[in-house]
Amino acid sequence: MTSRRSGGARTAGAVPYLFLAPAMVLFTLFMAVPIVYTAYLSLRRTKVSGLGLGKNSRTEIFVGLDNYAAAVTDGELWAGWLRVLGYGLLVLAVMLGLALLFALLLDSAHVRLARFSRIAVFLPYAVPGVAASLLWGFLYLPSLSPIRQVLDIDLLGTGAVTFSMANVAVWGGVGFNMLVLYTNLRAVPRTYYEAARIDGAGEIQIALRIKIPIMLPAIILTTVFSIIATIQVFTEPTTLRPLTNTISSTWSPLMKVYRDAFVTGDLYSAAATSIVIAAISLVLSFGFLRIVRNRAFGEG
Amino acid sequence: MQRKRLAVAAAAMAATLAAGCSGASQEPSSQAAQNSAPAGPVKLTYWSWVPNMDKIAAVWNQAHPDIQVTISKQAGGDDAAAKFLTAAKAGNPPDLVQAEYQMLPSFVAADALADLKNDVSQAKGKFSEGIWGLVTLGTDAVYALPQDSGPMMLYYRQDLFKKYGIEVPKTWDEYAEAARAARKKDPEVFLGTFSSKDPGSFVGLAQQAGAQWWSISGEAWKVGINDDATKKVADYWGGLVKEGAIDGQPYFTPEWNKALNDGKLLTWPSAVWGPGVLSGNAPNGKGKWAIAPLPQWNAGENLSGFWGGSSTAVAEKSPNKAAAVQFATWLNTDPEALGLLVKEGAVYPASTKGGGLLGEAPDYFSNQADFWQQAAAISAGARGFTFGPNVNVTYNAFKDAFDKAVHDKSVFSDALQAMQETTVADMQKSGFQLVQ
Repeated sequence: MTSRRSGGARTAGAVPYLFLAPAMVLFTLFMAVPIVYTAYLSLRRTKVSGLGLGKNSRTEIFVGLDNYAAAVTDGELWAGWLRVLGYGLLVLAVMLGLALLFALLLDSAHVRLARFSRIAVFLPYAVPGVAASLLWGFLYLPSLSPIRQVLDIDLLGTGAVTFSMANVAVWGGVGFNMLVLYTNLRAVPRTYYEAARIDGAGEIQIALRIKIPIMLPAIILTTVFSIIATIQVFTEPTTLRPLTNTISSTWSPLMKVYRDAFVTGDLYSAAATSIVIAAISLVLSFGFLRIVRNRAFGEG
Repeated sequence: MQRKRLAVAAAAMAATLAAGCSGASQEPSSQAAQNSAPAGPVKLTYWSWVPNMDKIAAVWNQAHPDIQVTISKQAGGDDAAAKFLTAAKAGNPPDLVQAEYQMLPSFVAADALADLKNDVSQAKGKFSEGIWGLVTLGTDAVYALPQDSGPMMLYYRQDLFKKYGIEVPKTWDEYAEAARAARKKDPEVFLGTFSSKDPGSFVGLAQQAGAQWWSISGEAWKVGINDDATKKVADYWGGLVKEGAIDGQPYFTPEWNKALNDGKLLTWPSAVWGPGVLSGNAPNGKGKWAIAPLPQWNAGENLSGFWGGSSTAVAEKSPNKAAAVQFATWLNTDPEALGLLVKEGAVYPASTKGGGLLGEAPDYFSNQADFWQQAAAISAGARGFTFGPNVNVTYNAFKDAFDKAVHDKSVFSDALQAMQETTVADMQKSGFQLVQ
């Protein structure tokens, strides 16, 4: 095996690199360079002198880790993390639960209109986040909403706003996750089920004892994707914000980055905060993978 | 063959060199070069959100084949300002930009605007002192040409006032009484709403009361967002919201539009550009709304403030500043251009001559033939103030603090204190000189 591979490499020469080149160029331009630039910006800040109005009254200076210190000691950022944590747990549980349920239902032998149902569940995923948030926002507004005429709850009030936002994410995300799980299920040889049926297992037992264990890697994959997506929650709160006074400009950590960079014009703090967020995302998603990998992939 | 290729290369090289030279001759730093006429037609881009600005530019382009202006339509508001600041930082801003007055100091502080003082001396006389002050920021420089202004007035539902037997309030005390009366007559109805999303509106009301949020003393800034005048305004509205006499929902939401349209909101303290918003958002109210001066703090006064209003500024990095100034001057002082701004753009021109062009009342206000005369009388008493270099920070703090205050029905002057502290902390962090 080893000798064959090294022999192949010798004859191939530069060809593998040629195939890799487009990906590497794109990666460098659109991932590596921006990341390095962000890291560079995060170590700097503008210094104003006097009134700050005349020419050259602003200079960029090196401040070391000052921006990081400010970012990690900012109470608003951690309050934002807490809000996102609550929101994320809600989204993860409901969205993945529903996705799993729909995937199993669609895969069961008895379902009718499977094709139609599959598309119907998936369709919201095709609606852009901003459009989805606006659409739901209109449904939440008291005087416009058919929901509000039945239900007497302020859907954008302090208590409900997290649920209302989670609802938008769940509505949009179930279809995609369902499709990943469903595709995984379709690849399972039908003979497993036949064997189980011969042994006397019902549909529910088949689902619990055979289908879910087989799907575990796919469930973990969708969970990791969803963790990353909820950490980056931005569109829903930003779109709903003009409609209510319960969502602040720093509701989620990413909104704080946007506010610093583009509303208050402090790119340097925004850069530092975004690197902190990236680090936390890495810890959370890899941490999750580490916890579950023994069970899912049989690695040790 | 070989020689031919060489010749082509040489020609290409010469062309590149020539292009390089002409590029250099348009360098803004070289004063002499700026006066030499450019070879081809100068192409300018202009970011603006005035409706039909492209039609107005087309009139200019027709008459000036050597200076062609292209309009890039913007969304307006804070987003437009953020976009311009980002573009200026990245080094490729548009040549001209529509800038709200309160954003000018931020733009200037970011070194994004050209100083026009050498080119606009003859334009100065065409504007009132107060408005000219907004584009000089109280310095010797001139950072933009005023385009429109937004003196505030009270829009009210004439028909519903009659129906509920409410008099047009002359003072803020009367306004509060009217708010309570309206609630009594019909619990579905509010006299007005306090918007925690529109710092511009609050700033106008604070100006009316005599607030001075920023001022320059020597080489230092003084920040007084929580001054007595503003506290008075904040607590007045806070009291009304707490008591439930007026609503706390933000302006410009679908919810608010519907309330305006359905006659559930009886007044809107807004600016002279209000007719455009009303006709777009509340079509059912056509011919039912009227205007009156803002209620006064003391009976007999005739004071108002400004909400919005914008200017035309030239980017520091523009390679064609001279041409850009020419266009900006024409746009905001030439009678033909002013006429177009009024007719096509529904703009209330800042130029003193511009007011005279406003004859017929807006279609939506067909019931009020003297709309513009009233507006002009109101605008005469409008007070402005100097805006600071980090208005965007202050405005963002307004939204966060007042969102919470309206929601919790807490004391509004506490929210004001939060704005003051956020603004001062931001200026200190950046290194601005401050006096207490």
